[in-house]
Amino acid sequence: MATEYAFPEAGAKTPPAEFETEKMSLSMGPSHPSTHGVLRLQMELDGEVVTSVDPVLGYLHRGDEKIAENMTYNQFVPYTDRLDYLAPLANNMAYAIAVERLANLEVPERCQAIRVITAELARISAHLMGLGAFGIDTGAWTVFMYTFTEREKLYKLFEELTGARFTTSYTRIGGVSRDVPEGWNDRVVAFCDQFLPILEEILSMLTRNKIFMDRTVGIGVITKEEAIAYGLTGPNLRGSGVPMDLRKDKPYSGYEKYDFDVPVGSTGDCYDRYLVRGEEMRQSVRIVKQAIKNFPTGDWYAKDARKIFAPPKSKIMSSMEELIQNFMIVTEGPQMPAGEVYFEAENPKGALGFYVVSKGGGVPWRLKIRSPSFCNLSILPKVCVGAMVSDVVSILGSLDFVMGECDR
Amino acid sequence: MPATTADLTSALQQKFPQVSPRASLDHEAVDVPTADLLAILETLRDAHGFDMLTDVTAIDWAEGASPRFVAVYHLYSTANHSYIRVATPCTGTDEAPTVPSVTGLWPTANWHERETYDMFGITFTGHPDLRRILMWDGYPYYPLRKEFPLAGIETALPDPEVVAETGVTAKPAPMMGGPFVATCGEMNLTEAEPSAKDESWNENREKPEA
Repeated sequence: MATEYAFPEAGAKTPPAEFETEKMSLSMGPSHPSTHGVLRLQMELDGEVVTSVDPVLGYLHRGDEKIAENMTYNQFVPYTDRLDYLAPLANNMAYAIAVERLANLEVPERCQAIRVITAELARISAHLMGLGAFGIDTGAWTVFMYTFTEREKLYKLFEELTGARFTTSYTRIGGVSRDVPEGWNDRVVAFCDQFLPILEEILSMLTRNKIFMDRTVGIGVITKEEAIAYGLTGPNLRGSGVPMDLRKDKPYSGYEKYDFDVPVGSTGDCYDRYLVRGEEMRQSVRIVKQAIKNFPTGDWYAKDARKIFAPPKSKIMSSMEELIQNFMIVTEGPQMPAGEVYFEAENPKGALGFYVVSKGGGVPWRLKIRSPSFCNLSILPKVCVGAMVSDVVSILGSLDFVMGECDR
Repeated sequence: MPATTADLTSALQQKFPQVSPRASLDHEAVDVPTADLLAILETLRDAHGFDMLTDVTAIDWAEGASPRFVAVYHLYSTANHSYIRVATPCTGTDEAPTVPSVTGLWPTANWHERETYDMFGITFTGHPDLRRILMWDGYPYYPLRKEFPLAGIETALPDPEVVAETGVTAKPAPMMGGPFVATCGEMNLTEAEPSAKDESWNENREKPEA
């Protein structure tokens, strides 16, 4: 006698009584292709349905905040590369601006423009990586190949500008480490021009892709209220329909001069977060082009930052005063006033904040890093419950986190 | 900014006379007593539009300071585009400071408070799940306290079975006499130069047992 069973609907939190089964615990990660680094999810499953998730963090914890308390402000710049290591240039800028607010330093327009260009290129590079990995998570290998080809071109530009492809350490307190090389801006514009059609091609591989849509539309829905309550920022918050973008709301580094749109999603599912990232890359290209079109002349470091910024190398080698100045900067660090500042920058992953508490002198008393990936991941225990195991992979891909930044 | 920020502090002070302005180089900042923390944060959220809790952390003002630990909250208003910093001293002893948990107001505080507990040993009363988050369960120290050395302290590994089998421990960072940082305010510049301060050990010589 065959019994009629009703299959549980996808997303059902409790299965029908006749499907009552023993719960299974599954540890996903810390070395799992879809956890993008070293995140471990301790999940409890009822068949294919997730009933609880406990993210286990800390596998990449290096104690960056402790290290910061033990070195001068400029010495910490290379450590910021290793937060969100997919967009080191943007981290460099956020840290530099936080310390400049503490020192009450104004950097010249040219420096601001250089920083904006590098931060937006970093955003493109980070989103390319995010989309490529998201594609792989959902079964679209080709996208990754395309995005990596474009990222390689960007890394060539970064290498030319900073001397490093990955860990750039480009900013200094009060400026950047060197001016843009001759012709670099033209090569950036050339990159942008050839990038736009390729971006359309990349996005067209996913946007109307049946498999991709089946795996992302309506999956991992985060409402507006949830997103704000859980402190989500960046594309994940905007994907839920909150038009918060610190570049627009609290402009820094001259962002108020550029014309760009802030894309927002409507339902807050994985697909919306993907669409927001795609559009943000187009907007970043717009910003870069405007910045280069009106590229200011003049200094690329703050003139009144003599106690902070090392003199030119040629001067150090030939002039006693500059040699002493350089020595003081290296040994004692830039001298900061006592006080505290909190600065958040709109990074590719969200709002990267630095809370600097100074007692004066060359070393911060306390430096707290507010990492967007950490906050974005904190919603996992809520959003994954009731999803299928394969949906968890989509959700992780759409949240686009970096463990280097999350664990610090 | 100055006009509106002064308004906010005085508006708060009308309802809570215990609130005092806090020195700050950028955003509006207030010091509040621990007992009123939850009520003040709730007022800020509901009446002043600070709907997002962006950060929770703490400052260790080192042994001997009173109060030694201060919990700091940063709120952001997505409508008015402004920040406010709220600081409150921790109650309890220096070994076991406590502060009320704000997880009831913002779920995002859950992980922030776990991290602050993990790093400083501050107990957030009313937190639903106060476990370590970055360090492993059973780790005996609070690394961001000022007395904790930068190199770390030798401890047993998280898994007792592995320790019993191998005898391996988590060793302090091999920094060869580091940290290589400048001594600020040192008048003798040779002393101030960043260099190995402890020369009793190097690549070839083991660090002496503590």
